[in-house]
Amino acid sequence: MARVKVSEAEKVYILHGIRDDLRVDGRSCEDYRHMEVETDVVSNTDGSARVSLGHTAVLVGIKAEIGKPRPLVPDEGYLEFFVDCSANATPEFEGRGGEELGIELSNTLYRVFNNRSSVDLKSLCISAGEHCWVLYVDVLLLQCDGNLYDAISVAIKAALFNTKIPRVHMSSDEEGGKEVELSDDPFDCVRLNVESVPCIVTLCKVGHRHVVDATLQEKACSVASLIIAVTHRGTVTCAKKMGGGSLDPESIFEMTEVRQTTRNDLGFLCVYDVSLVQAGKRVGKALHAPLMKLLQQEESLGKKRQKVGFLG
Amino acid sequence: MALDMRLPTVRKTVSVSTSVFDRKDMVVPGDIITSDTGFMRGHGTYVDEEMLTASVAGEVQRVDKLICVRPLKTRFNGEVGDVVVGRITEVNWTLSCCSHQISLTRRRSAEDELTMREYLQEGDLISAEVQSVFSDGALSLHTRSLKYGKLGQGVLVQISPSLIKRQKSHFHNLPCGASIILGNNGFVWLYPTMGQQEEEAGGFYTSLEPVSLSDREVISRLRNCLLALAAHKVLLYDTSVLYCYESSLQHQVKDILKPEVMEEIVMLTQQKLLEQEG
Repeated sequence: MARVKVSEAEKVYILHGIRDDLRVDGRSCEDYRHMEVETDVVSNTDGSARVSLGHTAVLVGIKAEIGKPRPLVPDEGYLEFFVDCSANATPEFEGRGGEELGIELSNTLYRVFNNRSSVDLKSLCISAGEHCWVLYVDVLLLQCDGNLYDAISVAIKAALFNTKIPRVHMSSDEEGGKEVELSDDPFDCVRLNVESVPCIVTLCKVGHRHVVDATLQEKACSVASLIIAVTHRGTVTCAKKMGGGSLDPESIFEMTEVRQTTRNDLGFLCVYDVSLVQAGKRVGKALHAPLMKLLQQEESLGKKRQKVGFLG
Repeated sequence: MALDMRLPTVRKTVSVSTSVFDRKDMVVPGDIITSDTGFMRGHGTYVDEEMLTASVAGEVQRVDKLICVRPLKTRFNGEVGDVVVGRITEVNWTLSCCSHQISLTRRRSAEDELTMREYLQEGDLISAEVQSVFSDGALSLHTRSLKYGKLGQGVLVQISPSLIKRQKSHFHNLPCGASIILGNNGFVWLYPTMGQQEEEAGGFYTSLEPVSLSDREVISRLRNCLLALAAHKVLLYDTSVLYCYESSLQHQVKDILKPEVMEEIVMLTQQKLLEQEG
């Protein structure tokens, strides 16, 4: 991730601020920055979305291609992720500087999204064992100001909502071989059900409190962070701890009550991270409803919608 | 938990009066300034077929026989006497500050060189004054006054250097309860006003005592106001910052960065500034 240098005195100021629930920009610990979502920004993709969260901007494009299903799961399609850290975002990404971050992001996204509980992979199957839809998800980081995972996950959900996969049907030709035929009508397409696609919430541990949507300065003051993928029902589908610091057991609030209920769906996670997970669940669950409402509102505007794009 | 998610809208530029812009002589690269050969050409111009043409986008300035074009947006070019706020990138026998072009020399004695690392480390913020400019554009800074030196607790805001107005003093104690250093290089430092002591922002003792919540709120509000003014390209100086602060009091601190609130606040600020001028 892009790093900013922060002096010791600035760190102390930020730490005390977070402890008193008043961050440098006036937000409380669980507030997000101003977010803008726009879909259908790239014309030669099947689905695309642009999300700007504060000064972080990401662009996601999805292309659907016909491929061969994986041998172990012949009746499912799959997703492929590629994250490109553009040198526009920060000079650190020049040349091959952003490759490591890109690979790390791609692997995490793969774990979060490419499973049957997040996306209905069976609907991507055309004919079992032979043809299926492969969705190539390309993520481009345009500007980097902290909280990449959250912005990318919202963009992916919006792009999946926007994806229009052409309708196909199987036909057999004279020799008895099977052919895949695309429908002639360019508007005859299938939309994906994105209800259960999770959103990622990043919680950074600063001092004894956690913050959501950390800026680069706040990230420089935190020692560890937890990335949680949460669905609209509040189910945690994936969790990952980043950073070298330990998650402090003394900052737990409702530890005893939640220990029973959450141990089942957390499994490998240490019980000390529980309050962080509770906060993440709450925040993550609250992201879905406004996002779906916004996407449906955008869809209903149809051709009347004023496209803003990148020069707005 | 607050979440502000919306569809993007085209940003409108807020300008209260358009007549101000008509008065200034604005040119873009390639515009012919004059065909009179009696003028000397200054910065930002070149001669093309005996006609003086602008090479940068900006305002034409004429001093007797010298014509130059001052660009609207440019990299920081320091002049002697400018106040800069910078972050230390390297401590060697001299200090490099914020970018390769600036170096700070603090060598009063041999002990100073060796113990410099005790006072200042990589990542620390300092305020200093430009002592001289080298021919290649590099600056030499000094902190030969108690008001300069290492900065303690506070918030740094980075904006374009061309938005900082050149004034007599760049250190201000704002009546709203915080202090500000408007560095000419675009780095603005906000910090809580020190108590009754004479201690200024510089010196080498930094207090790590927690800052009170009310001071914090004032500083956060000022920070958001600065960003709002910078987004709408308003010149920054103590009066404009103060007017913006007053106009923003009716909103919550975190709401100031929403586009519609920003527009409203900046419009009010520009109106107040015009009233004060005229």
